[in-house]
Amino acid sequence: MFALLAFHLVIGIAIVAAGQQLGRQGFAVAAVAPLVTVIWAITQAGGVLDGEPVTESFSWVGGLGISLDLRLDAFALAMVALVSGIGFLICIYALAYFKPHDPTTPVKSNVGRLAGTMTVFAGAMLGVVWSDHLIALFIAWELTSITSYLLIGNDDTNPRARAAALQAILITGMGGLILLAGLIIVGQAAGTYLLSEIIENPPTTGTSTALNAGLICVLIGAFTKSAQAPFSSWLPGAMVAPTPVSAYLHSATMVKAGVYLVARMAPMFATQGNWRVVLLTVGSATMLIGGLRALRQYDLKLLLAYGTVSQLGFMMLLFGTGDDHIAQAGVAFLLAHGAFKAALFMVVGIVDHEVGTRDVRRLTGFGQGWRLTLVAGVVGAASMAGLPPLFGFISKEKALDGYVEHGDFVGSTVVLVVIVVASILTFAYSARFVLGLFGVFADPEFEAKCDDDVDSQTAHSPSSQFVGPALVLTVFTIAAGLAPIIVDRLVEMSTIALDPQAEPKHLHLWAGFNTAFTLSLVVIGTGTALTVFRSRVAAAQSVMSKAVRLVPSSEQSFNFLLRGVGVVARRVTGVLQNGSLPIYVSIILMVTTGVPLIAFAQEWNGFGDVIETPVHVVIVAVIIAAALGASIVRRRIAAALMLGAVGYAMAGLYVVQGAPDLALTQFAIETLSTVLFVLVLRYLPSTWTHRAPALAAPMRIGVSVFVGVSVFVFALVASGARSDVSGPQQSEIMVENSLTKGKGANVVNVILVDFRGWDTMGEITVLLVAALGAVSLARGGRRRGEPGPTFEEILDDEPGIPVGDSDSPSSSLIGAARRNQEGSG
Amino acid sequence: MNAPVGPPQRSMILDQSIKVLYHSILVLALYFGFAGHNLPGGGFVGGLMAGAAVSLRYVSGGAEAVRTTFRAPSHVILGVGLFLSSATALVPVLLGGAVLEHAEYETKLPFGKVKVVSALPFDVGVFLVVVGLVLMAFAAFGDDRVSAEPTETDVKAVQ
Repeated sequence: MFALLAFHLVIGIAIVAAGQQLGRQGFAVAAVAPLVTVIWAITQAGGVLDGEPVTESFSWVGGLGISLDLRLDAFALAMVALVSGIGFLICIYALAYFKPHDPTTPVKSNVGRLAGTMTVFAGAMLGVVWSDHLIALFIAWELTSITSYLLIGNDDTNPRARAAALQAILITGMGGLILLAGLIIVGQAAGTYLLSEIIENPPTTGTSTALNAGLICVLIGAFTKSAQAPFSSWLPGAMVAPTPVSAYLHSATMVKAGVYLVARMAPMFATQGNWRVVLLTVGSATMLIGGLRALRQYDLKLLLAYGTVSQLGFMMLLFGTGDDHIAQAGVAFLLAHGAFKAALFMVVGIVDHEVGTRDVRRLTGFGQGWRLTLVAGVVGAASMAGLPPLFGFISKEKALDGYVEHGDFVGSTVVLVVIVVASILTFAYSARFVLGLFGVFADPEFEAKCDDDVDSQTAHSPSSQFVGPALVLTVFTIAAGLAPIIVDRLVEMSTIALDPQAEPKHLHLWAGFNTAFTLSLVVIGTGTALTVFRSRVAAAQSVMSKAVRLVPSSEQSFNFLLRGVGVVARRVTGVLQNGSLPIYVSIILMVTTGVPLIAFAQEWNGFGDVIETPVHVVIVAVIIAAALGASIVRRRIAAALMLGAVGYAMAGLYVVQGAPDLALTQFAIETLSTVLFVLVLRYLPSTWTHRAPALAAPMRIGVSVFVGVSVFVFALVASGARSDVSGPQQSEIMVENSLTKGKGANVVNVILVDFRGWDTMGEITVLLVAALGAVSLARGGRRRGEPGPTFEEILDDEPGIPVGDSDSPSSSLIGAARRNQEGSG
Repeated sequence: MNAPVGPPQRSMILDQSIKVLYHSILVLALYFGFAGHNLPGGGFVGGLMAGAAVSLRYVSGGAEAVRTTFRAPSHVILGVGLFLSSATALVPVLLGGAVLEHAEYETKLPFGKVKVVSALPFDVGVFLVVVGLVLMAFAAFGDDRVSAEPTETDVKAVQ
């Protein structure tokens, strides 16, 4: 399994690298990866369907307990059928889709890149469905978001594609972060991050607030990924991507990742906290909103996109209840939806490619050679509408039956009504799709307004390679409908894989004259009525939508939110970054010393032994004198030297206290920092200036005194902080363990490199950043009025610049410094 | 005004004593860097000591001398140092231990017993980061010794 994932990655990267040469042939190479996966999955299917999952494990970061555990159980196998089965068909389809009408037109260079990214995506998606470890699942999940971003924005010269890609990754990325938090909470509550272990021992802390919050986080992550309300706006936007991408990522696979996660979690957690309330509300709203909006589309692809949103809501309602019978309907619908929706997208892509439009107002019916395409479209739409004897009918029947017979939780009746109403809408927009395909909505007035000339009657008929993949899915839809036995075992075992206690029933085309069948008849009847009176429905909808338009759509909310973040950030920056260095320094000092002071003041317990030996008096006198001197003298260099004196005296204090390491370090630091001070101070006026200070003198004195007192309190409290702790002191533990565990006799050094090694890591990282910052500041400020040098120029500033040349940075800095002196002196 | 000028003429005593001192101080710095695990010292002190040696070179030869002190550019020294330390910290994790877990290796060489602790590369990394920082600071704020005398173009720029 690891080999297969690596195979996807390698092939994907290879195609991206060779994209320019391969062009659309990249899809021929890309088809190998899903094909191999499907063949491998078939060889494993026997064992998996007998309830023996295939597992592989690999210790990844042993120290953090993260291992990569892959697990192929029956439900994962069903997902592989979608990911790799449909993936393979999509690759074949894409080969024809990207074939130009005129062989002489140059192939777009980014088609190869598209094929490669799609292969990487397929690998990431397999990672999602195979991962048994929650963190590994999360990483694969994020990879699918990133590849989706790249695929939507693949046409990088198109601003609409870039905007849609950005919107998609902002929404799914935000959801991903929330999901990570949720997964960690769930993993901690369960005591294991392995899904297969959680399902055996689900955390039973039904009252735990943390777990409840974690589950809500997981749900939000799943909702963003599966385009649930109110996060659905990115999915219709993503339709700017080429149709093979839409068919693959945004209907058959990636958007089902959220559904997949909910399906895995629901059997363990559906009864806990607010899971059901949240999930049923969101799923119902999504299903209805998607259906209503699909009914208003003229663009066939957008119609399918909103239809997908609606059906993703439906899948949430099926998988999220935690009831095994309803989940079984979910598995069936998952497969049925993958088959018919991918086929419908392919049909739309064919129409778009051959005719040049997807707008139903411009389609006037098709001529010779289009029969198979139309059959695929009609069968797909009929399956979507839930008409017998197709697979879509069986799964929808099963869903209705599940809710009627097993919906014994709060709100199940309401949800059943929602499902019926939304199914009526689904029937109506499926019919709209078919009618549109046959040119019923053809509108000569609209056609006249369009610049380009298209005619679906005389359009070139698609090649058999182009239609073939859609037909394969159509045959599956019919076959699984007529003989559900071919998918029965997979669906049953998937249900058991999700919930070991499940008792699935067989799938039947004719399950008897029961309530579910009556509801199906209601759906078909009302749907037909809606279709017949479609002009009245449309009129009613546009009246309704005027009222609804007062409520912001998710698209508008998203834009409002984005703009809002920008506005707030600008205002906050304007207040905080006002450009005055003294004010910055005061604020930083006040906060960093003032906040800890609040805590320290409570720990205050007197002065303790201030003077231990007479030498202290001498050293402290030097320190106080030098510090006072530093704040009184008028020349900057003198002040810097006084500060150095304070430092040396401190080092003397360390010597007296018996800390040679500290003293050594302090001496070295004081020496170097004094040298650097002198180096820098040459560029400033020699004395302080007092023209119009940003902070008045009393304020500055106040800040200084405050900081001084804070540090004083800090030093006294910190040195006595551990005296009241019982048991061995931390320092004693360190001294004891230094030689045995740290392998060093010098405790100070062992603390630095071992016991507190992380601190040292952080410190040297800060040093590095500070060095880069100082150099950039120094070089950037050298040429006034000119743009500063780039970072590369700063680093590449080779020695050997002609000495004395006016272009030499150092000599012009002298000029700048001198101007500065004259200006302020 | 303290115009930013170097010494107008080279002091031969200064130059010659720096020549002698420079290498001795570097050796001392290396000693501190390596002895640190068992005796006073350590990568940080060693690095600072080497930085002090570099500052002496600046006094005698200006920024030019600092730049040519080491063959590697200062930012490379910084980066290698941080990489070395991070790698030392993380390698034990990959081997299944804790962050910064250390092992020791003891061997007998002709001149005596030598003990190497895996904390050494970490300290060497710290040493390099500190040296790189000092080099960068001198390169950024220091002057070339000769150009410290204002040139004609400089004077024009001021006017």
